[in-house]
Amino acid sequence: MIEKMTHRKPDYDKGETWVGTSAVRREDPRLLRGRGKFVDDIHLPRMLHAQFVRSSVASGRITKIDLDEVRKVPGVVAAFTAEDLGLDDITAVLNRPASEFTPTAMPILARDQVRFVGEPVAIVIAEDAYAVEDGLEAAIVEYATAQAITSDEQALAPGAPLVHENAARNTLLDVSMFATEGIDDVFASAACVVRVQTKTGRQNALPLETRGIVAAWDDRERQLLVQTCTQIPHQVRTVMAQSLSLEEQAVRVIVPDMGGGFGQKCVIGREEIATAAAAVKLNRPVKWIEDRKDALTASFLAREQRYDARAAFDEHGNILALDTDIICDMGAYSCYPFTAGIEPLMASAEMPGVYRVPSYRVRARAISSNKAPTGPYRGVSRPQFVMVMERLMERAARELSLDPVEIRRRNLIVDFPYRGINDITYDPGSYLESLNLCEASLRKEGWYERQEELRQQGRFIGIGYSCFSERTGYGSDAFAARKMAVVPGFDKSEIRMDISGYVTVTTGTMNHGQSHETTMAQIVSDRLGLDLAKVKIKQGDTDRITYGWGSYASRSITVGGSAVSLAADALGRRLLELAAHLLETRLDNVELVGGGVRQIDDHLRTLSHEQLAEIAYLKSNLLPKEFSPGLSAAADFDVAGDGTFSNATHGVVVELHKGTGKVEILRYVCVEDVGVAINPMVVEGQCRGGIAQGIAGALFEQVTYDEVGEPSCASFIDYKVPTASEIPDITIHHLETPCLFTESGAKGAGEGGTIGAPAAVLNAVNNGLLLTGVELEDTPIRPESIQRALEHA
Amino acid sequence: MSDQHLITLAVNGDEHELVVEARRTLVDALRHDLGLTGTHVGCEHGICGACTVLLDGEPVRACLMFAVQAENHEILTVESLSNGDELSDLQQQFAAHHGLQCGFCTPGFLMLSESVLRENPAATREDIREAVSSNLCRCTGYQTIVDAVEACGQARQCGQARRQQQLGRGDESAPANQLIDPPACSSSKKRDTK
Repeated sequence: MIEKMTHRKPDYDKGETWVGTSAVRREDPRLLRGRGKFVDDIHLPRMLHAQFVRSSVASGRITKIDLDEVRKVPGVVAAFTAEDLGLDDITAVLNRPASEFTPTAMPILARDQVRFVGEPVAIVIAEDAYAVEDGLEAAIVEYATAQAITSDEQALAPGAPLVHENAARNTLLDVSMFATEGIDDVFASAACVVRVQTKTGRQNALPLETRGIVAAWDDRERQLLVQTCTQIPHQVRTVMAQSLSLEEQAVRVIVPDMGGGFGQKCVIGREEIATAAAAVKLNRPVKWIEDRKDALTASFLAREQRYDARAAFDEHGNILALDTDIICDMGAYSCYPFTAGIEPLMASAEMPGVYRVPSYRVRARAISSNKAPTGPYRGVSRPQFVMVMERLMERAARELSLDPVEIRRRNLIVDFPYRGINDITYDPGSYLESLNLCEASLRKEGWYERQEELRQQGRFIGIGYSCFSERTGYGSDAFAARKMAVVPGFDKSEIRMDISGYVTVTTGTMNHGQSHETTMAQIVSDRLGLDLAKVKIKQGDTDRITYGWGSYASRSITVGGSAVSLAADALGRRLLELAAHLLETRLDNVELVGGGVRQIDDHLRTLSHEQLAEIAYLKSNLLPKEFSPGLSAAADFDVAGDGTFSNATHGVVVELHKGTGKVEILRYVCVEDVGVAINPMVVEGQCRGGIAQGIAGALFEQVTYDEVGEPSCASFIDYKVPTASEIPDITIHHLETPCLFTESGAKGAGEGGTIGAPAAVLNAVNNGLLLTGVELEDTPIRPESIQRALEHA
Repeated sequence: MSDQHLITLAVNGDEHELVVEARRTLVDALRHDLGLTGTHVGCEHGICGACTVLLDGEPVRACLMFAVQAENHEILTVESLSNGDELSDLQQQFAAHHGLQCGFCTPGFLMLSESVLRENPAATREDIREAVSSNLCRCTGYQTIVDAVEACGQARQCGQARRQQQLGRGDESAPANQLIDPPACSSSKKRDTK
């Protein structure tokens, strides 16, 4: 019924397609009726509940664990330490020399050493979710507390205590790259050199559904059934099997509806493995649902980075060189499979961004500290380095008395494909066009005049922009360039038409809010001329999907969607072959149209999908000799080379309030180009939601720790997630530069909003502060910083 | 385990007898004892609003209330909104405006919005924005949620006006519940997009 609501079938003969249509989502009816199925909605007979005894100190040696009292608590069934479970550690590896990368192990439960407040030390299992909390209260754990490392300065100080004994200077990754010859001379002789030093706050990706798992051993299948919310089901299977010493085949991972992920759920969590181990040991189903306090303090965090960047410009504002030092505080552990290199390697490889930078030098480090570990979070490093690049542009514009939009125009890449100084080839985009349109929008709406007017009245109005592109659709070449020991990249799809002419299509991607059930079906529907309602997308089951790399890095539509397209085409060829045989005509005289196959030179001769499907299965005596019965096909896709770049310009108008220090966003315009938008409504949704998270990073959210490493954000009272009152309405304009090598011409659309927002907001704030002489560089921008800056204005 | 209470909960028009501990939250009783898993748990400290249900028509955080406290009250959960597979006007507007992505916060926003529109059918966009600020959504950026609630309110207002007109003409066959913006009465406010 949802499809009936707003859309009729496309008339393919008139060139109409599902791709490009804002089809209403097929996920919606169940989610709106409260009939979705999330992990915590799963109940199994005799199911137990798990929670974790967690470290109360940031750094120290465990001197005593006594769980005897825990085991006596009514309802508690068992309590296990690391020793009881005997599980292998998780170690994420990069194939880089020891001078560049130090692998460190993450135990499933802390053994002797604890490295952050909230680290799991023991697992308690009880008959219900209340008794398990009683059990936790009774645990006795004693520590010999050591000095905690809570900042990058402390981590790198000579003689600092080591978070991991094998990681000297607390350095997990240290790479120096590019170093264009003569770069120092360029800086020495440049007309203008600007410098930006900035620190960005540690953030939580914060899916509203926390992490969770239900694990149960199935004797009949001789298999561990794991139902969990993960963006990477196959990788969870592999690590789960290794940790529990099971065969790969003996683990099945099923992902139900997922309440967001944003990267936090695309790494392997230790609690899930401990829960599964307990389920096997007790031979009963065990559920673990992370509570919000643990999600805020002990899950995977992101974004705490420090930049010291310099850029050289000539007198006309052309950038000549970029030199950066980047330090990423990755917390206590290296995440699997991406490693602690995830942020610094992204930043160092891609920092020059949308600009023609002729000389580049970067040093990027990952350091460890006694904080919850870091995983990927929507945009990975790009919100940070884009902000630094955009601040460098703004500062140079001020120094050279140029218009901040004009200096960008002079430096944007306009000739594509463009081979960057960072050895990356940028495919065609609309960098200049998006900037021009964004600026024109704000000018047309009169914001520049309004700013002048209000300034006269003593109000502080700022206009700011950010230009960026975002590599999406990383294939195996692009991941291999990072030297990951495990190289993600390709995706596979299998398609099967059943006897009634409906198709089921598998994809190795993993929806967690992005609308794949709709968008992937739109692609398949067009390719086969099949009703949208007859296409079912299947994902998130390792027994039913051969293999996949899941959803992250804006890869679902680019890579997964291309595999799905090719699988549909392969099935389409089978339908054509069968139809040509049955119509007794040549293969090149039949075509797929809405509803089935028709003969090109006689449109009255047609065979519907239903007729073909029935013959393929139930009248196999009519099939051509070489035609194997049934209707299925498979395909795979990988992106060769450097991937495809989406791009956008964000334009923001803010008012700074002197009394409260509040930054009020008056206007937000985004001009984005994600190539062909499969479903423009969904693309806009991704964009708006992304921008909201970017604004959150710029103005509100930060995970902080005190000097002994105690996290100060254990609830939503301390961790300020913006609401509808803080996030403004956002206008989105679409440009379309189709990708030349994805099947549908789509580029990734999941992360761009988050990437562009912090830079645009920070630039707007600094523009608003223009007359004060103060420039702010750190995020989140605190009200007290605004108050101080405006104090004497 | 001694403090067990036999209680009766009236949920979505049905009465349920259940035995709960005094400390059992309403949301756990709804989800895990009655199997009404549409109401979600996002924070367990009353901030995110994913567990919002209506108690005698008022929105409450079901995570901040004990099941025993909900006796003798009428509880409505997200499962009450649709008529079988037929989505309510508000649910349809959420779908039409893409007011949900992962769908985890959605039941809370639906119940909250339902109470907002019942209390003030003429709620303005700013009223709605203010009201839905009591819940958290991590996916949408809120704009499309506000759009959906606003459109639903306008359609209801319109339906009401039309029914009154028709009643004036002695025509009582008008439908009680208008679906998606009736064309003659479409939103007067321009959507701020494209």
